[in-house]
Formats: sequence, structure tokens, C-alpha cells
Amino acid sequence: MDRPGLVTPVGASVPRVDGVAKVTGRAQYLDDLEAPGVWHGATVRSQLAHGVLEAIELDPAFDWSQVVVATAADIPGENMIRLIEDDQPALVAIGRQVMHVDEAIAVVAAPTRALAFAAARAVRPKIRPLPAVLTIDDSLARTQPLFGTDNIFKQFLIRKGHVSDAELEAVFASAAQVIDGSYSTSPQEQMYIEPQAMMGRWDGERCHLVGSMQCPYYVHKAMKAFLGCDADAVVITQSVTGGGFGGKEEYPSMLAAHVATVAKKAGRPVKMVYDRDEDIAATTKRHPSRTRHRLAVDAAGELVAMDIDVVMDGGAYLTLSPVVLSRGVLHAAGPYRCPIVRVRGRVVATNYPPHGAFRGFGAPQTTFAYERQIEKLAVARGEHPLALRKRLALRAGDTTATGQLLGISVGTDEVIAAIEQVAGTSPAHDGIAANGAPIRRGRGYVFYFHGAGFTGSGEQRLAGRATVAAIADGTFEVRSSSTDIGQGSITMFTQIAAAALGVALGQVIVIDPSTAEVPDSGPTVASRTCMVVGSVVDHAARAVRAKLLAWGKDHGVAGPLPELARAYVAAAGELAETITYEPPPGIAWDDATYTGAAYPVFGWAACLVDVAVDLDTYEVTIERCVQAVDVGKAINPMIVKGQIEGGTLQALGWAVLENVTYKDGRVANASMTNCIVPTFADAPELETILIEVPYPFGPSGAKGVGEIPMDGPAAAVANAVQDALGCAFDHLPISPEVIAASRSAWRLA
Amino acid sequence: MTPYVRPRELREALELRATHPDWMVLAGGTDLMVNANHRAEPAGILDLWRFPPLGGIRVAGSEVAIGGGVTWSEMERHPVIRARLATLALAAREIGALQIQARGTLGGNVGTSSPVGDSLPALLALDAELEVAGVRGSRRLRYETFCTGYRKTQLAPDELIVAAHLRLPDASTRTMWRKVGTRRAQSISKVMGAASVTLDGDLVVSARVALGAVADRPIRVAAVEAAVRGLRMGPEAAEAARLALRGAIKPIDDVRSTASYRHEVAENLVARFFSLVS
Amino acid sequence: MKVTLELNGASSTLEVSPWKRLLDVLREDLRLTGTKEGCGEGECGACTVMLDGEAVNSCLVAIGQCDGRTVTTVEGLARGDVLHAVQRALLACGGAQCGICTPGIAVCAAHVVDHGLVVNVDDATARARIRELLAGNICRCTGYQLIVDAIVTAAREVAAAPAAKGERP
Repeated sequence: MDRPGLVTPVGASVPRVDGVAKVTGRAQYLDDLEAPGVWHGATVRSQLAHGVLEAIELDPAFDWSQVVVATAADIPGENMIRLIEDDQPALVAIGRQVMHVDEAIAVVAAPTRALAFAAARAVRPKIRPLPAVLTIDDSLARTQPLFGTDNIFKQFLIRKGHVSDAELEAVFASAAQVIDGSYSTSPQEQMYIEPQAMMGRWDGERCHLVGSMQCPYYVHKAMKAFLGCDADAVVITQSVTGGGFGGKEEYPSMLAAHVATVAKKAGRPVKMVYDRDEDIAATTKRHPSRTRHRLAVDAAGELVAMDIDVVMDGGAYLTLSPVVLSRGVLHAAGPYRCPIVRVRGRVVATNYPPHGAFRGFGAPQTTFAYERQIEKLAVARGEHPLALRKRLALRAGDTTATGQLLGISVGTDEVIAAIEQVAGTSPAHDGIAANGAPIRRGRGYVFYFHGAGFTGSGEQRLAGRATVAAIADGTFEVRSSSTDIGQGSITMFTQIAAAALGVALGQVIVIDPSTAEVPDSGPTVASRTCMVVGSVVDHAARAVRAKLLAWGKDHGVAGPLPELARAYVAAAGELAETITYEPPPGIAWDDATYTGAAYPVFGWAACLVDVAVDLDTYEVTIERCVQAVDVGKAINPMIVKGQIEGGTLQALGWAVLENVTYKDGRVANASMTNCIVPTFADAPELETILIEVPYPFGPSGAKGVGEIPMDGPAAAVANAVQDALGCAFDHLPISPEVIAASRSAWRLA
Repeated sequence: MTPYVRPRELREALELRATHPDWMVLAGGTDLMVNANHRAEPAGILDLWRFPPLGGIRVAGSEVAIGGGVTWSEMERHPVIRARLATLALAAREIGALQIQARGTLGGNVGTSSPVGDSLPALLALDAELEVAGVRGSRRLRYETFCTGYRKTQLAPDELIVAAHLRLPDASTRTMWRKVGTRRAQSISKVMGAASVTLDGDLVVSARVALGAVADRPIRVAAVEAAVRGLRMGPEAAEAARLALRGAIKPIDDVRSTASYRHEVAENLVARFFSLVS
Repeated sequence: MKVTLELNGASSTLEVSPWKRLLDVLREDLRLTGTKEGCGEGECGACTVMLDGEAVNSCLVAIGQCDGRTVTTVEGLARGDVLHAVQRALLACGGAQCGICTPGIAVCAAHVVDHGLVVNVDDATARARIRELLAGNICRCTGYQLIVDAIVTAAREVAAAPAAKGERP
């Protein structure tokens, strides 16, 4: 199959490399792996949101002879999950505080799952209750100290174009028009269809952990501290992962700690696969948020000032909250020209299970607020909502809220034009459904952006690496810690490497990410896997090709690259090129003032949503949803389209269907029956327009795409429902109950 | 190990039911098997899945008998049910999704008697009669009085639901049904309505109006039925129905919805039933 | 209890508690791990298998109920190396991403396509009908669009050439 001059597979919708395994059921997820003699683990959790753990009692009537119970006392290293801070314990120790419902207190293992779950129920933590902080306001009021002196995990203040609050207020006071709104967004469950799962075994003093995860090196870093061991003493391997969406970014470190502890105590391998209900109740959710957003325009309708104040609920521990807030504030002013911007952000501690990463990572929350504001501005000015957005949009040559001068790969005009071309006339407002119910239709537009990769100097600090190696049989290995969690990274790397090497796809193998076998490419998050790691793979592959061709010339060996590789390896052993990511030049970012180039490049998108509101039941039907997304370059258009559609539906679900509700700090809808996500029947026919405005520093021009589709559609739905009913919907979810309650505010034109 | 019996005839099943009232009566399992791996093993299993005495849909003149073991898929596919009992066919199609419809049974839905049971308001509106049997004999129970409380019915511990008997609505009778769930499929009802209205032209002669998910059991709303009698289908009957419903039901707030939403939507559904002129 | 069933075209006999879920028997006793558990309550469809020709949630079936019956799992869709039309279509159309829901979807879609449940596949209403029939299978990755494309493709192929489908259970 080796053919010189073969057509590059980049830009081709080749079928997934791992596709046959998936459609035949042969792909092995964690719970499918053969593990003779493995025991099953289960977790003992707090029933209270806040308290002091006084004792852990075992029911004397239970037969403990086949059960191992592990507590904080059994932790070999430090009882904490290393992430940004080290504030979260793996297991609450006696005498320490329990900080949320379902916090882990002990882990049990037994030969069967049934016995493990029964044993977990027979472990009785004794907790002395403390008052629980269950609202952002209570947290800010400091009625209970949960974190530091003020319960604020992190805060930001960004100023552009002004130096004092007084200066800002003066601009608002003299503006021709001010739009002032308050918005809130709900927590959201990632609902990966494969629950959290991990298996661990000890081999002497070496711990091997395999599991469903996004970031093997995050788990590795956490485990080194937790076990108090060297880098070589713990090996983390990703198993085929059934969805992540951010929910398996940080949480697997907690699960790894639990499994490692109880496996060591049991002296045998232990597997933990969460029950769905437990997964929903105990693991991370999208940060709920509330935002006060003010914008001011002059008489000509140009933005003169924006003032945004966003507060997020971080839950009980800091985990990733600072970074979620960071991305939220960096996107809060939106992709619009505005000379004066103030953004304040805070993320606070409460006694809820910690919130965490979920696709978009703070941007969907602040995007909802700014796109609702822009919509209200259009309505107030009587201007067409898409035309207004087009008028105010950032383009190359403009500066963002952090003072970043936009230059390359700015797809503003292309994405807006794409939507304009397909929009067609808005459907008439009034209609009748097939079942005879009267309906009101409305249309909503949004325009939005998403910074690709880690913020500022993040990629520099990560120094992500990947290796391409020519091995003995003439094939080429890609070694990277990037994980395929459904987004198709294995296929994407295969295409990129094959194109750079000039070989057939089948000659490239992307090996399973194991910390023993692959370098740290950085985490599989932040829409960076293609743009950053893909570019490293590209360079490494080119380097291998160049080396082999040069060697071939020197040694008089000719032929297609696989032949050269075989000859080289036979003569000199494996040829491996490891490249470290170098960010593009000229990205200056100041962490102290939060100014400069926040991201090397942005993705750009515009979305149109048409809704129909049933006036008998107040249900919203999404009748049409079109997304136009500038991705730089689609390495595999079919896979990119699938990513956009998946993210879009998660956003539409977040807008109208999804929610996580709590009672006394406990998730009240912790089952798939009650914590619902869209079905086939809820999803509209999704239209996707791929736009390519190449990013020269991404592989073949590609930039990030994984998260951007999540950011915009929820606001588009709110805008559409406002268009239908004539009043504002500023809080997610826009449930039928909320719409029913708003009836007196409707203005049906 | 759990004893398991798959009876061959009705007598055998009834005797087992009498001697082992603590055994699980298992047909489609769509309720009883939820989280089965976390439930204690039952005392025994009386497996009625595809049990012939409970199977079959028999049409005789204007009567139809639907076996307690008939699944939603079988019901939905049946030409007479599709043509003449649209409310039941609609309910069958909106219960869960395909996999649930292939296993859930009429007898299971009726026996479990959940306040959000998807077929139950339709059975009320259609004035179904249940045929139940035990070792002491068989009897007929009007569905109207079958539900006695929250998940409580007139079914004795040693009885099985053999069939539901329905009269096929004639040309002068119009039936309606609507489920409002948490989403378009695989959803639990927030409000459900079913009605069977006998007309003379467009004048209401009589009506049976049933609601689900607004009480501890499916209910008929006598106040609405009385209010619409003699009125014209259209705005007249619709407004009367809406007003009569106000205050006649006391739905609750729960994890899925609110009392005020249920109230308002129930009124809208019922009003809509009576506003649709042929 | 001794349970004998026809599984993927071959007879299979086990000694097992009748209460054990069919899902667990498949995955643990028979090591057929293609069928997945996503929720344990019949909501997600990842555990879909065919029981006597109907698509059902295997997490809601007690193994005793399978004695003397026929079960087809995802492992039984292909004929040797020849994938079922829906499997080939899911591959070609990009209908699988993380793949955990894919076996359940493949089985349900195979049932739909083999039984001709989508009539007039080129009709405007066919896609809506496919969505209704597959609504018991939750996918979180794809947004469903490319899966619907795949099922339309498979239905077209099977309608044109019935030999394209897999073994009928």
C-alpha cells in the first residue's frame, strides 16, 4: 500500500482508525478488560454537606471476612489530590471536616461488586454536623469559613481603557443608551455514557493504574504526591474512554487514589466502576454562574463601555475553579469592539460537591450573558440582530478586552456570511402544531468566539511533547499522552503523521497513552489536542522523514519511506524524534494584569436557532439549528462536523432540558431518569457549516474546535424564545415551567 | 438460588400466586428490574413473559380484549387498535422508547399503578374493565374504581390481571390523548390527559375526562365532565372545561415539575380537547 | 437454574441464578463485553440486545426469562468478517465517536432496518421516524446527526438488496 506521491489524507473524511472496534463491540473499555482475580471497590460517602468526621464505624453484624476497608490512615503518601492547590483530600480523615455530600470517607473492596456495595453500606461514618453554605450569597457573606479568609477561591479584575471605577461610571452615565442585565446559568452533568472507571494493581512497590480518563499525566502527578513515590513507581494508562467532555479531566485522579489505596491494602488488583447514580451525585459538574452585565453605546450605536461581574460557585474545593473563572472572564466581553471594559470575576467556596471542567470551561457561562445583552441591544435599537453583531464584531486589526491585537485567522466575516446565506426568512410567529396546539415561533442569532489552547503562557509552561518513531517492521509510532475520548485524536494524529511522513494511513500506529510509554503532551483539554499536539506530531513526523531520507542518501538506500525505516532500524535501532511545543512568536501575556495576548488564536462561530413554543404546554421545540464555525482547517471534516454537532446538542440541552438540582447540598436528581439529556427525538436536524480561515501555526492551518460549539447555542435559544414571546429569558434552563410562569410578561406582536 | 417457574397454564400460575404471594410476578421487567443488581434477590420468580393465557388482542364486534401480557409494541402494531383506539396506540408509542415498548406490558402498567403510568388515563377515559383471576375464581373490575390510593389497587395479593376489556368507540365518540413529559421520548409524565367525548353533531352528550400525574393515581374529573355536557365543542366547551378544572385538582411540586405548571398545563390540555371542532 | 438459549446463532447453556441480569450474564459469564452498561435502569440503551427478534434493554431482563429464547448481541450482527449494513454505515458516516453507545445503537438500528420499520426511507418523514425508533439509545458525543445519516444509508442499502443485512435473529 506504500505509494509515493499519494494524496495527503489531511482534509479527508477518512473513517476512524478505531471505528471497526467500536461498531463491533470489540473495543475494550475499562470494565471490559480481563482481570483475573480482580476485586471490586466501592466508596463510602458522607450524607451531610458539612461537618466533622468523628469516627468510622463498621456494622458488627456484617461479615467482614471477605472485605477490605481502607481509610485515610492507609494512604501511603499525602492525603490530597494534587491539582492547582492541594486542598482536596482523597479520603476525609478522622477529626477533619467533611465539606460536601458524597465526599469520600472510606473505600472498600470485595470479591464481587454486590458484596462491595453491601459492605460500603455497612460502614457508618459518624459526622458531627456543621452549618452548610449552600448559596453564593451565603458564601460571600462569610457566615462560615470554608476557604481562606473570604471563601473566594480566585478573583480577577480586568481593566481596559480606564484606570478607575469612577472613570468607568462616568462613561456609563454619559452614554446614549445602557443595557443592564442579570443572568444565571445552571450546573450541568457531563453524562458521558461510560461511567467513571479505574483499575489498579501493585507490582511490588510499583502501582499500575488503568482507567477512563482524559489526562494520564494529571493522574500521574497526583499519584506521585499521593503515594509519596518517584515518577517511575506509578504507571498510568488510559483505557478506551467512553466520553469525557471535561468530566474525566480531574476526577480520575480522585478515583485513582481510591483504587490504589484499597488495592494496596487488599494485596490484589481492584476495579471501581461507578454506578450511574453515584457518578451523577459525586463527580464534578459545570460551574453554575451568575453574571451582571452592563453595556453602553453612543448615539451611533457603537459600544463605548462594558462592565461585567461574574460569580461562579466552585463547590467545596478549589480543584480547577481558578482556570474556569479565568476563561470565563477572558471571554466575558465577547467578540465585540469596545474601548472600555471592566471584568470582575470571583469563584467561591460552598458545600456542594466540587464543580469542574466541562466543555467550554467558563466560556459558555459568560457567553450566555454577553449574547443576551447584545440581543437586547439589537431589540432596543430596532436593529437586525445579525446585522448589529456584524457591525460591532471584532476583526483583524481590532483589540480584545485584554488588549490583544487580532491579526491572524479571524473568521468573523466568513461565519456571519455563512449564516446570512442560509438563514432565509424567519418563520412566521404564529402557527398551529399537528396536535392542534397553538405555537409561537421565534429566531435567535449569536456570534461568539473561543480561545484555543491554554491561556497566555500556559502552553509554554506545559511544554507538551510528542514522539514519532520509526520501528522495526517499517511502521511508524506516534507516542503522545493525548487521549482519544471520542473526538477522534487517534485518527487525526494518524492523518497528520501519515501526511507528513508521506506514507499510507495504515503505516502509522498511535500507541495507547501510558505514562511508561509516551511523553507528556499536556492534558486533553482546552481545544489544544489538534492545534498544539497535532502540530508537534506534524513536526516530529517531518523530522523522522527528513532523517530517514538523509540517511538513505548517505547509505545508498532508496525506496518508499517504510523501506528506508526498516533498513535504518535494522542498522541503527529505532529512530525516534521527540518535539517540544514552541508557541508562536509574539504572544505576550501578563499574568499579573491579565492583559495581552490571552490565546494564540481564537475560533469564531455564528449560530442561528429557530424555536417553536407550544402555547399549551410551554415546551420549546428547536426546529432549526445552524452553526457556522471557523476551525482553521478541518483535518477530518466528518470528525470535525461530528464534534460540532455533539457540542451543539449539549448546549441546546443545557438551554432547555438539562439541570442538576440539589436538596440540602445533595443532588436531588441523581439518576438518568431525572437528570435528563437530549434523545434522538429531542435533537433537531443539525446543520453545520465548516469554515476554514487557516491558522499558520496549527497543523495544516487547524486551530481548536472541541469546545467552541458549546459556547453559543444556549444564548441563541434564549434569543429565539425572546423573539417568540416578547420577553427576556435570562436564566438557564429555559424550562417549560419557567416559560409558563412568564406568561404575564409576554408581548406577542 | 432463587426459585423460578414459567407456568404452562393459567391454573398453575394462579396456584403459585396463591401459595407464594411473596414471589415476584415478572413479565417485561421494565419497572421491577430497574437497578436489579442492587436489589435483593426475590423470594422467587413467577415468569409471565409471553405467557399465552395473558397474551393476545381479541376483537369481537365492538369489544376488544387486550391480554395483560400484551406489550406496548404489540398494541401499537395492532390494526384495530391503531384505527379505533388511537388514544391507546398513542400512549403505547410514547411510553419510554422502543426497547421499553417491546417489553412493558399492559398488566404491568396497571398492576404497578404508578401515578404517572402512561396507559392509565386512557383506560379511565375509555372506561376499561379489567378481568382478574385468582384461585378463588375470576372477576371483572371497572378500571374506574380499580385504583384505591397511591400505588394501591383492588387487585388481591393472589390475583393476576388477565385482560383489559374495552368497548371500541363508535362514530359519535371522539377520543383524545396527550402526554407532557420531561422530553420527547424516554420521559416521565409531568401531566397527562385523556378524554372520550360522545357527540351529537358538535354538542357534547357526555364526556369522560381523565388526568395522570396530577394526583396519587389517575383520576377522572367529574367537574369537567358535568360542565361540558350540552355545550358545543369549541370555545364554549373549552372555557367551561377550563373553569371547571380550576380547583378540581391538587398537583404537587416534585423533582420533575411544579404544581403551578401542572395546573396550568392540565387546564390547557383539557380546554384543547374541547376546543377542537372536527 | 439451567438456562439454554440461542445466542448469536449458537446454542449456549449455563448454570446461573435466574435473577441475574441478562446484561451481566453476557458480560461476565459469557465474556461478551460488547454490550455495555450505562445506567442500569433502562434509560440509556447501551445494553440493547435482541430478544426473540425485538430490541430490548438487557439490564431489565432476568436470565431465567431467556431459557429457550433467542438472543442476538452486537457480536452477532456481522456474518463472519462481513459487517452488518448498519455497522458499515456507522463507520462510513462517522456515527461513532467514543463508541460506548455504539453497540446498543448498532443492535437497535439493525433491528429497525432488518424489520423494515422505516418505510419510504427517502421520505421527509423517515428521519423523524428513525429518531423516534432510536430514542431509547442515548448518545452524548454525536448530537445524533451522523447516526441518523448512517441509518438512512443502511436502510437504503437493505431496501435495495436485502442480502446486505445481517442474520435475522
